[in-house]
Amino acid sequence: MKVLVPVKRVIDYNVKARVKADGSGVDLANVKMSMNPFDEIAVEEAIRLKEAGKVEEVIAVSIGVKQAQETLRTALAMGADRAILVVAAEDVSTDIEPLAVAKIIAAVAKAEGTELVIAGKQAIDNDMNATGQMVSALLGWGQAAFASKVEIDGGKAKVTREVDGGLQTIEVTLPAVITADLRLNEPRYASLPNIMKAKKKPLDEKTPAEYGVDVSPRLEIVSTREPEGRKAGIKVGSVDELVSKLKEAGVI
Amino acid sequence: MAVLLLGEVTNGELNRDATAKAVNAVKALGDVTVLCAGASAKSAAEAASKITGVAKVLVAENALYGHRLAEPTAALIVSLAGDYSHIAAPATTDAKNIMPRVAALLDVMVLSDVSAVIDADTFERPVYAGNAIQTVKSRDAKKVFTIRTASFDAAGEGGAASVSDAAAATDPALSVWVSDEVAASDRPELTSAKRVVSGGRGVGSKESFEIIEKLADKLGAAVGASRAAVDSGYAPNDWQVGQTGKVVAPELYVAVGISGAIQHLAGMKDSKVIVAINKDEEAPIFQIADFGLVGDLFSTVPELTEKL
Repeated sequence: MKVLVPVKRVIDYNVKARVKADGSGVDLANVKMSMNPFDEIAVEEAIRLKEAGKVEEVIAVSIGVKQAQETLRTALAMGADRAILVVAAEDVSTDIEPLAVAKIIAAVAKAEGTELVIAGKQAIDNDMNATGQMVSALLGWGQAAFASKVEIDGGKAKVTREVDGGLQTIEVTLPAVITADLRLNEPRYASLPNIMKAKKKPLDEKTPAEYGVDVSPRLEIVSTREPEGRKAGIKVGSVDELVSKLKEAGVI
Repeated sequence: MAVLLLGEVTNGELNRDATAKAVNAVKALGDVTVLCAGASAKSAAEAASKITGVAKVLVAENALYGHRLAEPTAALIVSLAGDYSHIAAPATTDAKNIMPRVAALLDVMVLSDVSAVIDADTFERPVYAGNAIQTVKSRDAKKVFTIRTASFDAAGEGGAASVSDAAAATDPALSVWVSDEVAASDRPELTSAKRVVSGGRGVGSKESFEIIEKLADKLGAAVGASRAAVDSGYAPNDWQVGQTGKVVAPELYVAVGISGAIQHLAGMKDSKVIVAINKDEEAPIFQIADFGLVGDLFSTVPELTEKL
């Protein structure tokens, strides 16, 4: 069985996003970019399934700008076998929408004959939390979103999901899409020898047109602004002072 | 124009708070029909019919919808979609699972976590962990979106909407429910609680989280946690407050031993009054707190619990 793992190049988790003064978006020029943290977890899970003998091949795919090759090399250094880059944008500030991304992933999954897609649950830039669910809809597959535990056996995936109120365990028939939540695993760091080896692993470049997908946006981003700020209040010197301030504020 | 709103139904009961906030968010867009789906959904439908601003309630009572699986619920919504210009749901984990599937089946984009409805095509939503607010206009014929409930007040009681049955859609039969692991609690639900007490990495262990819980119980508050505390195993996952956890906006939010990572702030900074207790004077949480207390949480929190 082959597993397909979509990875996205996003602003690094530790960098604070800054809104451009003209309201046209978030400043991504000269900002450190990395693999979306949820996608790292997805890559890790796929590699662990391979190590456990449940899957034969791990294919990483990224849809976006040419620079996303770096992100794919990271996935390869972690242990993915090969990578596909679908170049769908020229400008780093162009975010291809989840629906178009999902259509491409679905087409890649069909073309490669994969039976499992493991995606991150959400990209930390657009925070849409949609692509995995959309891929499964487009393929007519089952979905197990927000996974914190995955067991593959006998053509089924038993997945524990993080939901409001606790955890839910479901069983999806393969082929299926799983999306990774934060606590599924702790992604490994790529070792230097593996980073070197990754440079020789195959990385194919494709276009959306080759998969017959139109990536024109459905949404127009009218403007981007900073959220309303919140002023720092006061420091209190003791618990007694805190209690009296809370009483004054009328919240206790 | 008409809106189909997926009511949040869990084990036969309506999550009134989440649903009523979503009703308020969408009522300007047209007549609101609330869909209540579940293995038992009649009493949820009854409750939904009383929310002010609801024009109609549809009940889909069928074992198929008993465990909130995405595929059958999405198929049901798609079967009803023809009559509506907008299809929405409160942004719960269930809806975040279901609505993107609905959107893809209808070949439209989804808008997640909408924090303001500007007009029939235009919405605001937070991106980059709440560090930016985007105004987006949809060109799609149908708008499919989830609503960040913390951004809206709940609609009142006093409606008298008609209730009718909706036929079940064909079961895609792609997944089956195995089990739920739900923590029973007498505390208020985190996203609708008027008061929330949250603990972070500073709490140090699962055992010492008890001091957070004691303060919460004294205040009649829900208990929350930072991602660091959840990742460290001090608190269960569904307590996580933050951009990837729950977004809350209570009247009082008490952050204990939480440094204030951007990710956490995105989930609570709309709270009315924020209290921060932290031993690190430089912790970023103090920059947004109304009342900050620098000190050891292991002595100050029990003292606070005592003196309230």
